[in-house]
Amino acid sequence: MMYPLNNISFTAKPGETTAFIGSTGSGKSTLVNLIPRFFDVTEGSITLDGVDIREVEKEELRKNIGYVPQKAVLFSGTIASNIAYGCENASEDTIEEAAEISQSKEFIMAKPNKYQSSIAQGGANVSGGQKQRLSIARAIARHPKIYVFDDSFSALDFKTDAVLRKELSKVTGNSTVLIVAQRISTILHADKIVVLDEGKIAGIGTHKELMKNNEVYRQIASSQLSQADIEATLA
Amino acid sequence: MAHGAMKSGEKAKNFKKSLGKLIAYIGNYKFGLIAVMVFAIGSTVFNVVGPKILGNATTEIFNGIMSKLSGGSGINFDAIARIILLLLVLYVVSAVFQFIQGFLMTGISQKMCFKLRKELIEKINRMPMNYFDTRTYGEVLSRITNDVDTLGQSLNQSVTQLITSVTTIIGITYMMFTISPLLTVITFVILPLSVFMMSFIVKKSQRFFRDQQAYLGKVNGQVEEIYAGHNIVQAFNREEEVIAEFKATNKKLYESAWKSQYLSGLMQPIMGFVGNLGYVAVAIVGGILAAKGTITVGNIQSFIANVKQFTQPIGQMAQVSNMLQSAVAAAERVFEFLDEEEEEQKAENHAPIKACELEGNVEFEHVRFGYNPDKIILKDFSADIKSGQKIAIVGPTGAGKTTIIKLLMRFYDVNDGSIKIDGHNIKDFDRSELREVFGMVLQDTWLFKGTIMENIRYGRLDATDEEVIAAAKAAHAHHFIMTLPGGYDMELNEEASNISQGQKQLITIARAILADNRIMILDEATSSVDTRTEERIQKAMDNLTKGRTSFVIAHRLSTIRDADLILVLKDGDVIEQGNHEELLRKGGFYAELYNSQFEQTA
Ligand SMILES: Nc1ncnc2c1ncn2[C@@H]1O[C@H](COP(=O)(O)OP(=O)(O)OP(=O)(O)O)[C@@H](O)[C@H]1O
Ligand SMILES: Nc1ncnc2c1ncn2[C@@H]1O[C@H](COP(=O)(O)OP(=O)(O)OP(=O)(O)O)[C@@H](O)[C@H]1O
Ligand SMILES: [Mg+2]
Ligand SMILES: [Mg+2]
Repeated sequence: MMYPLNNISFTAKPGETTAFIGSTGSGKSTLVNLIPRFFDVTEGSITLDGVDIREVEKEELRKNIGYVPQKAVLFSGTIASNIAYGCENASEDTIEEAAEISQSKEFIMAKPNKYQSSIAQGGANVSGGQKQRLSIARAIARHPKIYVFDDSFSALDFKTDAVLRKELSKVTGNSTVLIVAQRISTILHADKIVVLDEGKIAGIGTHKELMKNNEVYRQIASSQLSQADIEATLA
Repeated sequence: MAHGAMKSGEKAKNFKKSLGKLIAYIGNYKFGLIAVMVFAIGSTVFNVVGPKILGNATTEIFNGIMSKLSGGSGINFDAIARIILLLLVLYVVSAVFQFIQGFLMTGISQKMCFKLRKELIEKINRMPMNYFDTRTYGEVLSRITNDVDTLGQSLNQSVTQLITSVTTIIGITYMMFTISPLLTVITFVILPLSVFMMSFIVKKSQRFFRDQQAYLGKVNGQVEEIYAGHNIVQAFNREEEVIAEFKATNKKLYESAWKSQYLSGLMQPIMGFVGNLGYVAVAIVGGILAAKGTITVGNIQSFIANVKQFTQPIGQMAQVSNMLQSAVAAAERVFEFLDEEEEEQKAENHAPIKACELEGNVEFEHVRFGYNPDKIILKDFSADIKSGQKIAIVGPTGAGKTTIIKLLMRFYDVNDGSIKIDGHNIKDFDRSELREVFGMVLQDTWLFKGTIMENIRYGRLDATDEEVIAAAKAAHAHHFIMTLPGGYDMELNEEASNISQGQKQLITIARAILADNRIMILDEATSSVDTRTEERIQKAMDNLTKGRTSFVIAHRLSTIRDADLILVLKDGDVIEQGNHEELLRKGGFYAELYNSQFEQTA
């Protein structure tokens, strides 16, 4: 039996951002999918505030999680119904706030029917990045204790990505933020970066630390940034 | 209520229209149907004359006993034996005919279903993209599965029964007339009564048959959508709401099904009752006539048997009408979809060359386009691309990048301006031949349930295993495929969720490499692939796209750094163009976009 993940240990703290990077198929999604218990660990354990998550009711556990999947999934309905998906009685303010933080407001307001614009099955009538932002808004509207972003900035341009994360950091406050990403720029300022390689941890640290002592991470960085750019990030 | 009344009137008209269409469609199988009719009629005729002949036997026995009582020769057993033998032959022939007729009819209805399914599938491919913006795929697919099934099954049974019933009624009427015109007229009194009852029920219940098929489609759509997004349903604790929503639709389905079945189920007992009334009337009048001696006992027996045979097909027609109603309701949905407006597939004035001979100079001239007329996405897009160039389109999300690709491939048509390849307007090629010019990897990966080998081979169906593997190697998918259980024979599940997102993209890239088309389109093709793997794929891609035009859309600017021409799109307009260095030096929007990646955010 081959496990997609082996021997993973780390702690993500409230108020901090923990990022995951690693090659395709290295187990990033598998790892974060363990948190809302889409699967349970085979060996070892995941604890939330000291309690094994397998002891917590799934519904109770998931209430605290704002999950943004790697492949944005929207349901047929309206923009509002999709943002409010995780909290039945979300007020208009909550919906608008979530739209604003997720950088969706601008394109929503540009649509003839605003928040009542219809969404086709799977979100086929919005652009890739818009779909992703709506699925981020859906998670924000829940005001969760734990945010899980599974490579969910990949369809955003650098600028929107940066602004979105800046706005997001204002509301995540004491929440625990987990971000899976492929772009170095997305995780540059994370408090802790976990480098995954073939299901194992290849290194943990901040960008600067990893640049100094982690070969895998250095390779990833140099595949994206020129030498000058890298210097700039270390300055 | 006035609204409801109007609606039901509309439905009745639809019923006739759909029935007409259905009959016209069945008309395609004229010869088969004529054969079915001949055998059905034959089988029925023999069935109908049965009682008359049996009556002869009874008369023979009756006469024999009477003559024996008056000291005559007694029963003529030879005559009876002959009659019975004849009867036997008739019934056997009738059974054989019935068998042949059933065999033919099943063939016809199944062939028809096959053809309908094929037409529906082909139709889906010809539908404009925006058709699916307002409804779920599951609902549309339900027309191919549930509706066609219902249609086939009910048709198979109802057509034969209808022919048999009508023939039986005509045949029996004739037989009855030869026995006693008076009694026949009495029997006939029940006919208008039956017809009236029947049409009343059909009118009331047809609505529910339609609702039943429509809700079946809705249930299908809901299930399919929830299934595709079940992770999200779970993560957001929506299980209960989803179940409640499902229950609500399911309840409506139940109610309409219950009503349609109940109402049409009433038909049988009502018809039975009406038939029995006629039966009683005939028995009384027949008795009187026999006592008077104006009719033989045998004839009365035949006649009463005939009356039974007469009410039976009427009851059968009641049953048939139930099936026929389902069939019409299903047919209505099927034909409604087939009649939807579609994209025209063939070019009106075909360009002087075939699309496969194109070199790949692409020219956008003042293209203007909006999905809705009141919201224009591309205002005035122009670009001139030389064959062999690598073009990158960048810009903020929602700028219209994917839209340009959709226009180029004619999933949508421009409102104004034109797109030309080698100077020929793309409208002057047939849609399918035009699309074959493009190899594409789109933002939403599309894989199907099947092995990895099959999924890659989809790019070029006649590729050998070796070619598939070579393409996978070029896409850097080979390594991970070999580590999967089963390797190339690993079965992807329906959502292809048993491999990682990046791995999915690698497989679609392998597919495009295998397909080897003139113009390559990569819309965020590597957005989920790590940058180290991407670098390696890029080398393979560069070899592949050498000498052919390629369009690359990517937010990750490292992906497009070495493009010949970068078009910077903002709000549907090209605001800058040039190569990476030029644009950085220029210090405009592109440079800003590029530099924003290092911004401090926390
Ligand atoms: N089927 C549709 N019906 C109506 N509007 C649509 C449809 N598809 C896209 N749009 C709108 O058209 C605009 C451009 O979409 P497009 O998909 O071209 O963006 P894009 O540049 O590819 O963005 P991204 O980088 O996010 O993929 C968006 O505002 C989007 O909401
Ligand atoms: N449902 C599943 N069943 C079996 N194997 C799976 C399943 N999901 C993923 N895998 C395998 O587990 C490994 C890790 O996959 P995972 O989705 O965690 O990768 P990832 O790091 O998120 O990659 P990417 O960056 O491409 O999204 C891969 O080799 C994948 O093929
Ligand atoms: Mg993943
Ligand atoms: Mg797009």
